[in-house]
Amino acid sequence: MSTQTKTKTYNFPDERGYYGQFGGKFVPEILIPAIQELEAEFDKAKDDPAFNEELAGLLDEYVGRPTKLTYANRLTEHYGKAKIYLKREDLCHTGAHKINNAIGQVLLARRMGKKRIIAETGAGQHGVATATACAKFGLECIVYMGEEDMVRQKLNVDRMRLMGAEVRSVTSGSRTLKDATNEAIRDWVTNVDTTFYIIGSVVGPHPYPKMVRHFHEVIGNEAKEQIHKAEDRNPNYLLACVGGGSNAIGFFYPFIEDESVKIIGIEAAGFGVDSGKTAATMTKGTPGILHGSLSYLLQSDEGQIELAHSISAGLDYPGVGPEHAHLKDLGRVQYYAVTDEEAMNAVKLLSETEGIIPALETAHAFAWLKKLMPETSEDEIVMINLSGRGDKDMGTISEYIREHE
Amino acid sequence: MNRIQNVFKNKKADEKLMSLFITAGYPDLESTVDLILGFEENGADLIELGMPFSDPLADGPTIQHSSDVAIQNGITMNKIFEMVKEVRKQSEIPIILMGYMNPVLRYGVKAFTQKAEEAGVDGLIIPDIPLEEDGIIKEHAAKNNLDIIHLVAPNTSDERMKLADENSQGFVYCVSVTGVTGARDGEEVSNSVGRFIERVRANVTRNPVMVGFGIKTHKDAQSIASNADGFIVGSALIDTIKNHYPDEGWQSELFTFVHSLKFGN
Repeated sequence: MSTQTKTKTYNFPDERGYYGQFGGKFVPEILIPAIQELEAEFDKAKDDPAFNEELAGLLDEYVGRPTKLTYANRLTEHYGKAKIYLKREDLCHTGAHKINNAIGQVLLARRMGKKRIIAETGAGQHGVATATACAKFGLECIVYMGEEDMVRQKLNVDRMRLMGAEVRSVTSGSRTLKDATNEAIRDWVTNVDTTFYIIGSVVGPHPYPKMVRHFHEVIGNEAKEQIHKAEDRNPNYLLACVGGGSNAIGFFYPFIEDESVKIIGIEAAGFGVDSGKTAATMTKGTPGILHGSLSYLLQSDEGQIELAHSISAGLDYPGVGPEHAHLKDLGRVQYYAVTDEEAMNAVKLLSETEGIIPALETAHAFAWLKKLMPETSEDEIVMINLSGRGDKDMGTISEYIREHE
Repeated sequence: MNRIQNVFKNKKADEKLMSLFITAGYPDLESTVDLILGFEENGADLIELGMPFSDPLADGPTIQHSSDVAIQNGITMNKIFEMVKEVRKQSEIPIILMGYMNPVLRYGVKAFTQKAEEAGVDGLIIPDIPLEEDGIIKEHAAKNNLDIIHLVAPNTSDERMKLADENSQGFVYCVSVTGVTGARDGEEVSNSVGRFIERVRANVTRNPVMVGFGIKTHKDAQSIASNADGFIVGSALIDTIKNHYPDEGWQSELFTFVHSLKFGN
C-alpha cells in the first residue's frame, strides 16, 4: 500500500503522553504505578499477534464487525447536494461504538489479572458496553452513573443490572458524567491493586486517550476501505459528534494525514453556546486540567469546573479529549456546536428519511448537515459516523416532542 | 532557612510535629484566619491551607463537602492570599497551600507563585501533580522560594520514593493508606503503616517525613507517626467543625480537639 512509503507527519501523543500542549498524566501518586503498568501492558498487547487475533475474533463474532457503510439515498435527496454515507456503529452489539473499546480494555484487564472492573458512564452506552464485556468474561463490574443520568437513561440502567453489573448512583456535584468520573477515580485510588478502570472516552491520564483511540481506530479503517470500495476515493467531508470524543477520534484518525478530507466535529451547544447552559467545550472552553489531563474545559475565572448542559447525556461533559484540543489548535479539525433543538430536529429527519433512529449524541453530527450541505456539490461525498442508535433516548425524545408540539 | 525548614530544625528529638489542614473559606470566609491562629495556639506546628476545587478527585466526602461550602461562600485565590497576609501580621507558623492544579493554572502559574510568596506562603502540595508533571510549576515555585512537597504512598516504589525526596523541599508527605482522604479506623491504618514508613525512611534521606490520611485521635497520631517526624490531620477537623458549627462555642470545641490531638487529654 502507498501509505507504507509515506512519511508519517502526525505522531501524537509523544512519549510523555502529550498532544502538543495538551494531555499528560495529572493524577495522584497512588495511581502512577497503575498507569505505568497499564502503559507497559498496552504497548506489549497492541503488537502481540495473539492479543490482536483474539480481539479481532471478538469484534467479528460478538460485536458484529465490520459494521456496514450505508448510502443514505433519501437524506441525500433531501438536501440535493453531496452524497451522504453513514458508518453504521449503531449496528454494533449493544447499539453503539463504545463496545469496541470496552472489549479491548477487558482483554487487557484479563491479561493483567485484574478481576474487578469499574467504569463511569453518562448516556449509559459505555456502562452497557462494559457490563456486556464483563458478563462475557465473567468479571465483576461496577458502573458509576450520575443520579440525573440514571433517570434520563433508565433503560440502560436496567440493561446493565440485567447483565449483572452494579450501578452506583452518584449524587455529588452535577450528578452527571463529570461527577461519575470523579467517583470512579476515587474508587480506583482506593482499590488500585485489584481494579481495572475502563475509561469510556479519549479522556483521562495518558495512556488512556491513546489506548481508547487505538481500540476505536477500527471505525475509520473500515470506513476508509468501504468508501474506497463504493466510490473508489476518499470522502470530501467527515462528520462526527464530540463529547469526550471517542467515536470521532476513531473515525477521524485514519484520515488525519489525508489532507483533502475536511474533518468536522460537532459538540453540544445545549440551549446555545452563550446561554450558560451548554456543553460546547471547544467553542467556549479554556485550557485546564480535569480527570488527569490538560485540555479545553468549561471553567470559571477561578478555575472551578462549570456545569455542562446538553439534552444528550453522553455529551453533557465540561471537558474534551486532549487530542481534540490539539487538532483544534492545529486547525486540522473544525469544531462547531449545535443546540438541543437542532439535534432533536435531526433525530426526526433521519428517522423519517432513512428509517434510522439515531442516539441523541449522534444526532448532533446530523444536525450540522443543515449548515454544511448547501456548501457542498453533487459530486462530493460526506461520510458521517452514526455512532449509536436512539432506542435508549426514546423517553427523552417522546417527552421533547410532546412538550414542543 | 525558610519557616518550614526552621520548624523541623527546632523539633525536639522525641516530638511529633503536627500539621493541620483546613479548607480556606470553610465553614465561612471570616473564620479561616482565626482558625489558623487558634490551631497554632493549641499545638499546630504547620498549617496546610486548602485551596478549594470543584472536583477534588483524591478527596473523600468530608473534604469534598468543605470545598463545596467554601466555593459557595465565594472563596477566591486572592481571598486566600489575603488570609495568609492576615495570619502573617501575627504569626510565623509555616503555611503550605494545598490543592489541585487547575485553579493554579487558571490564575497563571507565574502570578500565583509570586502572589503566594508575597502573602507569606512557604510551600505547595498539589496532589494531582506527580513527579512526571512538576515541570509545570517547579521553576516558578523555586524562583519564589516556595517548597514543593511531593507525596508518596504505600504502592510507591523505592525508586520513586528517592525521586520524590530529590524533588521535594520542606518534607515528604506520606499517604498512609491507598485511598482518598478521610478519617479511618486508627488500628486499621497503624497495622499496615509501620512497614511503609520504614521503607520511606530507607529511601527518603534528605527530607523529614510527615504522615497523613486517616488520623483522628492522639493515639492514632502517636502510633501511625511513631517512626515519622510528624503527622497531618485534615478530615477529622472538618468533621468536628461540621458537628458543631454554627453553635455557640464551635471554635473552642475545635481547639480543644486540636489540643488533644497533639498532647493527648
